[in-house]
Formats: sequence, structure tokens, C-alpha cells
Amino acid sequence: MSALLEVRGVSVSFDGFRAINNLSFAIGTAELRAVIGPNGAGKTTFMDIVTGKTRPDSGEVLFGEVPRSLLRMSEAQIARAGVGRKFQRPTVFENQSVFDNIMMALKKPRGPFSVLRFRASKSDRTRVRELADEVGLAPHLDRISGELSHGQKQWLEIGMLLAQEPRLLLVDEPAAGMTLGEREHTTELLTRLARTRAVVVVEHDMEFVRRLNCKVTVLHEGSVLAEGSLDHVTADARVIEVYLGR
Amino acid sequence: MRHPSVLIFLSCLALFTVAVTVMAQAGMVSTSFVKTLGMTLCLCLVALAMDLIWGYAGILSLGHFAFFGLGGYMIGMWLMYARTEGIVVQSLAGSPLPATPEEIRQGIGTQIFGVVGGSDIPWVWSFAHSLPLQLLLVVLVPGLLALVFGWLAFRSRVTGVYLSILTQAMTLALALYLFQNDSGLRGNNGLSGLQNIPGVTAGQDRVSVWLLWASALALGLGYILCSIMVSGKFGSVIRAIRDDEQRVRFLGYPVEGYKLFVFTLTAIIAAIAGALYYPQAGIINPTELMPIASIYLAVWVAIGGRGRLYGAVIGAAVVSLLSSWFTGGRAPSIPLGFYTINWVDWWQVLLGLTFVLVTLLAPGGIGALFGRGR
Ligand SMILES: Nc1ncnc2c1ncn2[C@@H]1O[C@H](COP(=O)(O)OP(=O)(O)O)[C@@H](O)[C@H]1O
Ligand SMILES: [Mg+2]
Repeated sequence: MSALLEVRGVSVSFDGFRAINNLSFAIGTAELRAVIGPNGAGKTTFMDIVTGKTRPDSGEVLFGEVPRSLLRMSEAQIARAGVGRKFQRPTVFENQSVFDNIMMALKKPRGPFSVLRFRASKSDRTRVRELADEVGLAPHLDRISGELSHGQKQWLEIGMLLAQEPRLLLVDEPAAGMTLGEREHTTELLTRLARTRAVVVVEHDMEFVRRLNCKVTVLHEGSVLAEGSLDHVTADARVIEVYLGR
Repeated sequence: MRHPSVLIFLSCLALFTVAVTVMAQAGMVSTSFVKTLGMTLCLCLVALAMDLIWGYAGILSLGHFAFFGLGGYMIGMWLMYARTEGIVVQSLAGSPLPATPEEIRQGIGTQIFGVVGGSDIPWVWSFAHSLPLQLLLVVLVPGLLALVFGWLAFRSRVTGVYLSILTQAMTLALALYLFQNDSGLRGNNGLSGLQNIPGVTAGQDRVSVWLLWASALALGLGYILCSIMVSGKFGSVIRAIRDDEQRVRFLGYPVEGYKLFVFTLTAIIAAIAGALYYPQAGIINPTELMPIASIYLAVWVAIGGRGRLYGAVIGAAVVSLLSSWFTGGRAPSIPLGFYTINWVDWWQVLLGLTFVLVTLLAPGGIGALFGRGR
């Protein structure tokens, strides 16, 4: 399987503190991957680097079948190239309706002039409704998203991510604040999505990771400590020491 | 949601303009009051621009009066040049030989730049003889300034207070430059006699009504344009940028491009407002571009209610009219026995207090009284 994303020997320091240390990571075009690791392991920073928010001090980040470096691209360009991101805290535009949030995310030209001329077609509206349905927000389309519950905001954000139709999805701690039923729905959705695209899920919750039933990468102090099936990594002595043993 | 409010606004504006016209014809309102009202409409237009950039896109520019002033200077140059040309040509007509173009230029130069001890026409006046060209400059000069300034500022991701300070620095620098005699725009004298439209023989009573109509038309068109911009997906995106610009980047939108677009467009709207304002004011000088003017603009919009187009208009109209009433010496002083409240001095205090109270207690401003914002 060819890699869709390849991170090679990336390092980044904040005020002398090495948050990411010679990290290498690769994921295929249609693959689900869980990334686990203790707090401060650098999981969020890893996503920041891939999405262009943080520039690494050294290393290479390549994306696509014909590998292109993401390091010279802006956040918006990376997003348009097909990298979608779900944040740890749900971040939706709280002053706007669920419909407007999803409509903004819908994969369409992004420049100011094309957006100024944009008129939502019937199929655009239908698509928004489908997406809302998919994440269980169809009855709430006209509500201001600030009024939604925490879990619903998570769903809205996932819906927006789907609307972007990314080829690589980075999902930071999706299960946080979700009920058991919602978690099951989330795992089901993520596994389904990973059939057609690459999905990287950062998660703390071992039960959740077990349900994802996929390859696991363990991060520790900014580099990969172990990689393999969940049973394989949880049997690793170093992993037990730094993570599970605590 | 947008259509009824636009229609209501346009109807009110049309009604107002017709009413003032009728009253002016009937001699019920003075020419100078018609001018004040026309100028107020121009201030409403620049407030609309301020609301778009601040209330909707979340960029607190404290420099938009620089664009307003520049617009005024650009039209002022033609007004002054063409009128002086007329005077010079007339006075030379008495001489036996027909005046050469060189003599006419000389005459114009002496007339306009005598006050700053010169008689040469500076290069910045190269197009001042032509109304179409100078009208083009009304849009181009402030537009290009905004484009370059905005490109530099937004590209380096200057935001929040830092951007506000930068815009203040811009308007201050421009004002200080214009204050210099060798800026080519008559230093602190500014441009004057702008109320006399070259080639127009009608009296000021007529001209003031025409300019009122022109200002009302510009405000109406500006309102339609702004309401198109803030509704629909474009409005969604700029409000999203206001609320969380990083998140908008991760959706793939070129945030800097949007900011630059809105910044430049609002600068052009401000410039057009200025170009209509100063022929009614009659005079423009660099004081108009001092940082305080742009701060007042933000105060109007805050009091009127940002994030609502009609809020900005109401704020600008109410505050600027009250301001001219209080500072015009017509407001009765309040004797307290031990102290007399003289409104010319105390108006600023009242305005400042209102601003603080509105910010603290009614962030929606006056506009919030009329309905829900977005
Ligand atoms: N912008 C930043 N400035 C300084 N330190 C940072 C910054 N971002 C992350 N860090 C540090 O880098 C380390 C990794 O953080 P993070 O990637 O958020 O960990 P995780 O998501 O795995 O819990 C932490 O020690 C954190 O304090
Ligand atoms: Mg984290």
C-alpha cells in the first residue's frame, strides 16, 4: 500500500523543549490508525505540523500519490489539498446555524470572489441535509450551533469534516464528552470512513481504541515508541512502563 | 431576513430625502442645515464601511477616516483646480493677447499655492484638470493604499490590538505628511472653497439639495452592497473569520485574502463617502485625518450597534447630529449654581460616558432595540 501521508524525521522545539523529536510516521490511502500516548506526548503538536499550524525545525512532510511537501503550504492550502482536522475541543461557529456551518464546510471553491458569487443550488442544500442526517443533526439544521450540547457540537464538527471531503482526516480525541451510544456511533463512522480515505485518530480511551480495531502508533516524548496491533503494543515493555503502567 | 430590512431602510432613506427636499424648497430648513444632513448621510456611509470591517469581519480598523479624507482630497483637487482655472482664464481675458496655456498654469499655480509660498503646480496635481481622472483617483488612491497596507499587515498575521494601533499609525503618518507645506496639498491650509462646483451657476440652495440626493443615492447603494456582502456564504465566512480565524483556515479558506478584500472594499466605500462629504463641508485639511476621527467612527458604530448595518447608520446619524448640536453652541447650558455645564466642553464627556456604558451594558447598541442581530 502506498503512503498518502509520510512524515520523515520531523523535530520541533518550543523554547528549547523538544515537543516532537525525530518523528517518522506514514499512513496509507485507505487506512485507519489510532495514535495513543500519555499527555504531552506530542499528539496534538503532530497534527499541528501536518495541518501547517506549526512549522517543524527539521524533517519532511509529504502528502498525496505524487508526494508534495506540505511544509511550504499555508494552512488553507493544506486543507484544500485534502487534509481535514477535528479539534480536541469542538470548534464550530457558535453564532451561526448548523446549516450555515455545514454549508461553509461543503467542498466548493474557497476564494472570496467565487464565494461572493456563490448561490446554494438544490443539490448543495440536499447534500447539507444528508450530512446533517448522517451525524444526527437533521432536526437541528436551523438552530444556532451555540445552543447545541457538547456532544452535538462534536457531531456538527464531524459533519463539517465530512462536508470537506478530505482524503486524510485527523481526529483529535473524538470520544471526549460523548455518551456510550455516541461513542459507538463514532467508531462505526470512523471505520466506515477509513474504507475510502486515511483516518488518524488520537485517543486516550483504550476501550475506544480497542473498538476501532486498527493499527496503533504509540507516541512518547515526541517520537514513536511502538507500532502494531493494540495487543502487540500493549505487550511492549516500554509502552507498559511509560503509559499503561501508570 | 435581509430583504425586508433593506427595503425598510431604503424606503426610510427615500422618504427622508424627499422630505428634506420639499422643506428646503419651502424654505423651512436652511441651506446650511441641508448640508449638515447631506454630510450626515456621508458619515452614515462610512459608518457602514466600518461596520462591515469591524462588526462583521472583526477587524477593528482605526484608520478608515484616512481613506475618507483621501477621497475628499482627491475630489477637492479637481474642485479647486477647475474653479481657479475658471477665475484665472476670466481675469486674463481682459488682456490684449490671448493667454497662453503656460500663463494660465502660472496663474493657477500662484492662486492655489501662494499660501504655501509657491507657484509651481506639484506633480500630484497632474490629473486635477480632469474630473473623470480625479474621480478615478478617488477610488484608486485610497484603494491602493488599503491594498498595500492590508497586504503587509494581514500577510504578517497582525491582528487585534496590534492591527488597530497600526491603522492609527497609518492615519497619523498620513495626516502629518499632509501637514507639511511641501506635500503638494497646501499643508495645514488644506483645500478650500470646495462648495463651489466649477461650471455650475446654480445657487448653494440648489447645490446643497443635489449633493443631498447624491449622498442619499450613495448611501442607498452602499447599503445594498453591504447587505449583499453580509448575507449568504460570504457573510458566513467573514463572520466566521471574526469568531475564529484559525478554524476558517482549516476549512481551506484563504483568510488573508478575505480580510484584504473587505479592508480594501471598505476603504473605497469610505473614500466615496469622503468625496461626497467635503464638497458639502466646503473645506478639508489634514486635521480631518488625525487618529481621533477614526476613533470616533468606531464609537458611532459601537453606540449604534455593530454587526447590524442599520445600527451603524443609526449610530452615525444620531451621534454626529447630536455632536454638531452640542458643539454648535445651541444646546442650552445647565447652571448648577456653583458650576455651569457648558455643552461645548461637556459633550465629549457625555459621549465618552455613553460609549463606556453602551460597551458595558448594551453591547448590541441602539440597533439591538430594533431586533436580533447576526
Ligand atoms: N505552542 C506551544 N508552545 C509551547 N509548548 C507547546 C506548544 N504546543 C505544545 N507544547 C508542548 O509540547 C508538548 C506536547 O504537547 P501536545 O502535542 O499538546 O501533547 P498531547 O496532545 O499529546 O497531549 C507539551 O509538553 C506541550 O506543553
Ligand atoms: Mg492533545
